Parts: sequence; structure tokens; C-alpha cells
Amino acid sequence: MVEVAIHGRHDAGVPDHLKLATDIGSEVAGPAAAEVDEQSRFPVEAIDAMRSAGLLGALIPTEMGGLGWTLGQVAEATTTLARYCSSAAMVQAMHQIQVACLVRHGDSPELRAFTERVAREGLLLASATTEAGIGGNVRMSSCAVERDLDSFQLRKQAPVISYGEYSDAILATARRTPESPASDQVLVLCRRENVTLKPTSEWDAMGFRGTCSLGFELLAHGDAADILPVAYGDISSQTMLPVSHILWSSLWFGIASEASDRARKFVQAAARRNPDITPPNALRLAELTTVLQEFQDVVFAARARYAAIQDSPDQTTAIGFAIAMNSLKVSASTLVVDVVQRALLICGMAGYANRSPFTLGRLLRDAYGAQLMVNNDRINANNAQLLLVHRKM
Amino acid sequence: MEERIRSVLVAFARLPIEVDKLGRDDDLYRAGMTSHASVNVMLGLEDAFDIEFPDEYLRKGTFESISTIMAVLGQLEVEVPAHG
Ligand SMILES: Cc1cc2nc3c(=O)[nH]c(=O)nc-3n(C[C@@H](O)[C@H](O)[C@H](O)COP(=O)(O)OP(=O)(O)OC[C@H]3O[C@@H](n4cnc5c(N)ncnc54)[C@H](O)[C@@H]3O)c2cc1C
Repeated sequence: MVEVAIHGRHDAGVPDHLKLATDIGSEVAGPAAAEVDEQSRFPVEAIDAMRSAGLLGALIPTEMGGLGWTLGQVAEATTTLARYCSSAAMVQAMHQIQVACLVRHGDSPELRAFTERVAREGLLLASATTEAGIGGNVRMSSCAVERDLDSFQLRKQAPVISYGEYSDAILATARRTPESPASDQVLVLCRRENVTLKPTSEWDAMGFRGTCSLGFELLAHGDAADILPVAYGDISSQTMLPVSHILWSSLWFGIASEASDRARKFVQAAARRNPDITPPNALRLAELTTVLQEFQDVVFAARARYAAIQDSPDQTTAIGFAIAMNSLKVSASTLVVDVVQRALLICGMAGYANRSPFTLGRLLRDAYGAQLMVNNDRINANNAQLLLVHRKM
Repeated sequence: MEERIRSVLVAFARLPIEVDKLGRDDDLYRAGMTSHASVNVMLGLEDAFDIEFPDEYLRKGTFESISTIMAVLGQLEVEVPAHG
């Protein structure tokens, strides 16, 4: 059972994880969302609320001090949070992706102890996978881990580390050794006390403004035990890639659901004013709902697909699964823009206005980020190659 | 069989080291084979041995080393010409 830290409404029949997400969303993240967006500032109050409710340790098993939620529950909570503040939901989602990697692949006493601290203290984890000069190809690194007996050093030019300045640790990819080829990567836990971040760019972007995704030069050192013991290629295909695409698509579905709700309320208000005639935009709402349902089915099916095989490395490293997870990302990231844009057409000026109950500006700006977070062109190019040998869907 | 596998690797694995220097059990991914290159290796092997890998073999582990490739080809009962 999850303790609801924020005064919980005990609605009968609502699962605990959704109640928790709704409470944090409606009482903390939602009220701050406009200001977070306007000022492009970190959603500190929402992340604090998640921390005190234990949500930052949601994926960590209960015997390690976490909430022991399934990925599906975290995904549903992410959808709910995204309705209120997509930036806060994105910080949460990106954090959970790193936690998932630690839980599955951080199989050493030192890393287990750190994972328990994440649960107990609500440490916030960020990610530095992309690298300057390499673009969005996260399966290549130019920086390398330099080892000296039991310690390591790392210097990485990271074009984007979301909420880097607010994180307690950053998981960074790098070549295994200075002699290793670009694709032989490891994932390194860079603890805050061992990290120096020198900002190399600002963050004043179209959307997801609260993620504070500045560029940094990352300088880290630490104990060699903080290098995850598994090849990053395995971490990526078994955990980081599927969990990212599942949580991101769940988040984008939350943005789309919120836009759809605003459109529905707009049409219903028109219908109440004039019950005799079906408002003309009700037809557009029907069309939007078809797309939204398609979106939901894609997201739910992907969760189920992963849940069924997540403990079988043979199946999660199969080409067919990689194609499916890549396809999920491409569909969901395009569907979110489609749905919000349809909602905008329905609400008209009331949606275009920045101060209106039906405003859609922030949702649309955030929605456009989806196709760039690992560029869809890259993902499609990757699938194009995999499909040369793939047999059946 | 090993000779042919090595020549496919020379042609398609795009390793930064010489394929001759690879041991049978050396990890090809660690040696620098990208997932993109691994697909080309699969295609090259299918052409060289005139086979089609069934779905269940299309995963990372199959193409991890020369010996894992040999094991899978063995299971597919690939016929190797006497001087192949
Ligand atoms: C809100 C947000 C938060 C983020 N947070 C993080 C984070 O915390 N940590 C992190 O590491 N990264 C993060 N990223 C960055 C990461 O998602 C980007 O994918 C990465 O930085 C690539 O940036 P890019 O668009 O400049 O480059 P590219 O991916 O290189 O894309 C640029 C252009 O090149 C084209 N292109 C280049 N190469 C190819 C190819 N091989 N095939 C097809 N097309 C190609 C693309 O089509 C595109 O038009 C974040 C991004 C966003 C939007």
C-alpha cells in the first residue's frame, strides 16, 4: 500500500498509484505548470512532492525500500502527471528510466547500496547519453572511461543533460577504455559529490521548458565499482530503450488526453448552450477520439509486450522487439502532435489564446519535443536496417 | 565453416582490428561491431551459406562471437562444401 503524503482523497476504486499521481498533479504540479513554463524553471515543488511520497523510488522493490510498483503502474502515473505538467512528468519519467537500469543491471553490493539510497532519500537521477559531435546516436561514444586501479575518471561534452544541476547523480555513457571502439560502451554512475558540471549552453526552448535541459561539460571521477558491470549495449536493448519509449509514450498520451479533455469540454459547453443542434465541431471530436483511442491502444499494447518478456534477455535483445519499441516511439511521438492539433482546431481561438480554460499552446509546444528526443529519422533509419533481416511482425 | 565466417566478418563487420587477430570466442560487439554492422553480417552469412536465419536466432547473442555463429550454423545444419 502506498502512503499518500499529500492529503489524499480516498476515492473508492481508484488504485493507489493513480490517486498519488492525481494528488501530486492537481495539488502541486498543475498549479505551478504555467509558471514553470513561463520562467523555464525546474518544477521543484512537484519533484519535492514526488520525493516525499516515495514516487522517486517507485520502481525499486519494497525489500530495497522502494514502492515496488510495476513499470505499468509507473507508466500510468506518468500519464496522469503529464496532464498537469508535462515538464514535471518528464523529469519524473527520465529519472525512472535511470532507476530501471540500476534495478536490473546494477548488480553489485556498491550499486545495490546506492539504489537503496535512491529509495530511502529520494535521490534524483539524470542522464547523459547523447554527446557533442555524435548527435543523437546514443550507441556510440567518443569520450572514454579512464581507469586507474580502483578509480575512474570521465570527461564528457554533453549537449543536453535535463535537470543536470538539480540531480543527485548522472548516468553517463562512455567507451569502456580509451582504446575501445566507439560502440563498446559502458554506463557510469556519476555521483553528485564526484561531478563538476560546466554549463555550455542555455535552456530557453520551445517546450518541456521545465526540464532545464542545458548542455554541460561533465567531469566525473569515482570508484570503479560505479561503472555498471554489464555492457551498455545490453542495458540499452533490455532496459533503457524499451523503458524510455514506454514511459515517454505514456507521457505523450497524457498530453494528448489532456488536450482531448479540453476539446471535449469545449464542445459540450457549446452543446449545452444550444441542445437542439449537435455542434459542428462534435464531428471533429469524434475523429479526435478515434485517434486518441488508437494512441492508447499502441501505448497499452507496448507495455503488455514488454511486461511479458522483460525478464528474458533472449527476447528483449531480439530484433523483432527492437523494431516494435522503435515503432512505438515513432507512432506515439507523431500521434501526440496530431491529437493536440485536432483539439486546437476544435477549440479555435479559445485554444489559441494563452489565457483561457481551453488554452493549448503549452501542450502543443511540448508535444513537438517528442519527435526530437532521439530523432524519429534516426529511429526509422535504424528500423530500416533491422527490417532487412526481420521475418514476421 | 570458420574461414567463410571470417571472410564475411572481413567484408561486413567493419571492425577496427584485423579479423585474423580475433579468437573464436572474442566478443564481436566489444571488438567494435555496431548493431548496424551486425545486420550486414547476418545478410552476408545468409548469402555465403545460402540460408535464412529463423526468427528465434535473430538476436544479439547469435552474432556475439565466431563460435556462437558456428553453433547456430551447426544447428541449421549448414552444408559446408569440402573446400569451403
Ligand atoms: C526535452 C528534451 C530533453 C532531453 N534530455 C536529454 C537528456 O537528459 N540527456 C541526453 O543525453 N539527451 C537528452 N535529449 C537530447 C536527445 O534526445 C537528442 O536526441 C540529441 O541531443 C540529438 O540532438 P539533435 O536533434 O541535435 O541531433 P540529431 O539526432 O543528430 O538530429 C539532427 C538532424 O540530423 C538528422 N540525422 C542525423 N543523423 C541521422 C541518421 N543517421 N539517420 C537519420 N537522420 C539523421 C535528423 O533527421 C535531424 O534532422 C533531450 C532532448 C529533448 C528534446
